[in-house]
Amino acid sequence: MTAKPLLEVENLRIDLALGNKKFAAVQDVSFTIGHGETLGLVGESGCGKSITALALIGLLRDPLAIGGGTIRFDGREIQSLSASEMRKLRGNRISMIFQEPMTALNPLSPVGRQIAEMFVLHKGASWREAERLAVEALASVRVPAPDRRVEDYPHQLSGGMRQRVMIAIALACGPDLLLADEPTTALDVTVQAEILDLIRDLSAAKGTAVLMISHDLGLIANMCRRVGVMYAGKLVEERAAEDVFRAPSHPYTSGLVASLPLLGARARHGRQRLKEISGVVPPVAAFPTGCRFNPRCYAASDICRANDPAATPLNSGGFVRCHHHE
Amino acid sequence: MLSFIVRRLLQTLPIILAVAALIFVMFSVIPGTFASSMSDDGRSVLDAEVMTRMNKEFGLDDPVYVRFGKYIAQLATFDLGTSFRTRQPVADVIAERLWPTAQLAIASMLFAIAVGVPLGFIAALRPGGWIDTLSMIGAVSGLSLPKFWLGLMLMYLFALVLGWLPSFGYGDGSIRYLILPAVALGVAPLALLARTTRAAVLEIMNADFVRTARAKGMSESKVVRWHLTRNTLVIVLTTIGLQFGTVIGQAVVVEKLFSWPGLGSLLVDSVTLRDIPVVQGSILVIVLLFLLINMLVDVLCAVIDPRIKYT
Repeated sequence: MTAKPLLEVENLRIDLALGNKKFAAVQDVSFTIGHGETLGLVGESGCGKSITALALIGLLRDPLAIGGGTIRFDGREIQSLSASEMRKLRGNRISMIFQEPMTALNPLSPVGRQIAEMFVLHKGASWREAERLAVEALASVRVPAPDRRVEDYPHQLSGGMRQRVMIAIALACGPDLLLADEPTTALDVTVQAEILDLIRDLSAAKGTAVLMISHDLGLIANMCRRVGVMYAGKLVEERAAEDVFRAPSHPYTSGLVASLPLLGARARHGRQRLKEISGVVPPVAAFPTGCRFNPRCYAASDICRANDPAATPLNSGGFVRCHHHE
Repeated sequence: MLSFIVRRLLQTLPIILAVAALIFVMFSVIPGTFASSMSDDGRSVLDAEVMTRMNKEFGLDDPVYVRFGKYIAQLATFDLGTSFRTRQPVADVIAERLWPTAQLAIASMLFAIAVGVPLGFIAALRPGGWIDTLSMIGAVSGLSLPKFWLGLMLMYLFALVLGWLPSFGYGDGSIRYLILPAVALGVAPLALLARTTRAAVLEIMNADFVRTARAKGMSESKVVRWHLTRNTLVIVLTTIGLQFGTVIGQAVVVEKLFSWPGLGSLLVDSVTLRDIPVVQGSILVIVLLFLLINMLVDVLCAVIDPRIKYT
């Protein structure tokens, strides 16, 4: 028996208003996340990963707005929810970790208080009770001496510690879905692994589903069972993580996979240039017609420049949007 | 904290000394002395002998460096000297005028804060809305209006036409006399505070931590109360401190216009009469007030913002 998925996104479109014109910054994005499942979303900067996440938690702000499609969370369409119903979901059942732990916390408020807010907002706790729960929450993200750290201000903590505080905030109410938007990009490599372990362990323990957003394919492959690849506002490929690595279907995905630096490659093959995908993601106002990847694609042909490819199901599960996939 | 205050107080010493030297040099360079200023009205002409005697009496015949030395030695014992005109100690003359000026400055700043800060706040919560547009047009006008013209218009409207308030003077010291000059003086800092508050709120509204607060599921009113107010306060407080000092300086114009018996009008009268000890004393007191207020603001900011260290 298959239970209803936790999150269903169908044909999501996010419009960017520039002057009087509207451009679809994200288009035709559909995916589902089951209870406790982990989905990765990869792509270069400017592909629409972050704004997709912001749309899910209802935090898009001018000039961005949802332009079409549906987002169903636990069977309910979130666009139809009132502002106060949405606030009850936000933080409580869907929460988010941001990229910049340096600026994502209020510099004038002790971190304990910033965690405690969650219990006051969603659990009806008194401030006293909430402060006590905040110490526990800090302990759960493996911050040493949490009873003293709660009184610290963000500037007194390291980047890794701040991100732990962010995780403590995000997981405080035991949400069903955690949106992690590049949670380790701003951190040292050694700290990155610890933070990822933390997210993985805690979400597994609480049965929290995770949407992990990153430009780092290696990280995504490590964390997630399924991976969606975004390019220029479209989901171009979505499959099981190991398939993406073993046999990427979309030329963009193979480009991403090929451009991963390989540890020890130099010893075996000598000094080589790292692979890259030439060119950059076009700005929203200048998305090309046809397949949006065609100007950068090695396999581009006339049909790619004329028609936008539809999502084609793959035998191994998942789909790809490419005219040339086998 | 205490050592911070003591250190800041010690830092004011060289500033006071530099200001004292500057004023001293200025009034040594400009033409005219107290004695000559008495004869310049065209009717009574002082003869040379009287002038020499007066200059000698006030020690004005000494070389500049001797006078400066004496002056600094005097200052070191907190003695501001004696007024040429009234023969009273300068400290007494200033003390008499200090309270009216303080009243005026405090009243005008209270008016500016009470109206300007909420206005800027409301404007920022609906940027581009009609309150925002109107208040910012008002703010630009408020900053550009000359104070003496504004003062005259207020007098005309509220004293002459409506007859609600006395037109000028200190009267019995009641608040009725304070209102018009305080408003005339407070409009410019009000406008500046409204603009600064608006900019500060807008900036913080777009800060990452406010997005975090929203992602927590906080209502906008809680976002404002829990995360916006304190952060805005630091910026607004700094502006208030600077404006307080400016207001004391600009009180000169308004006090003269409303015949307000404060430091400003004392300063203007004393400059005209070349009553140099009073001029020097008044300016020093104004500078000191400015420094003290800004020190107070720094302490307050450090209390609010943990990132600011007492150093």
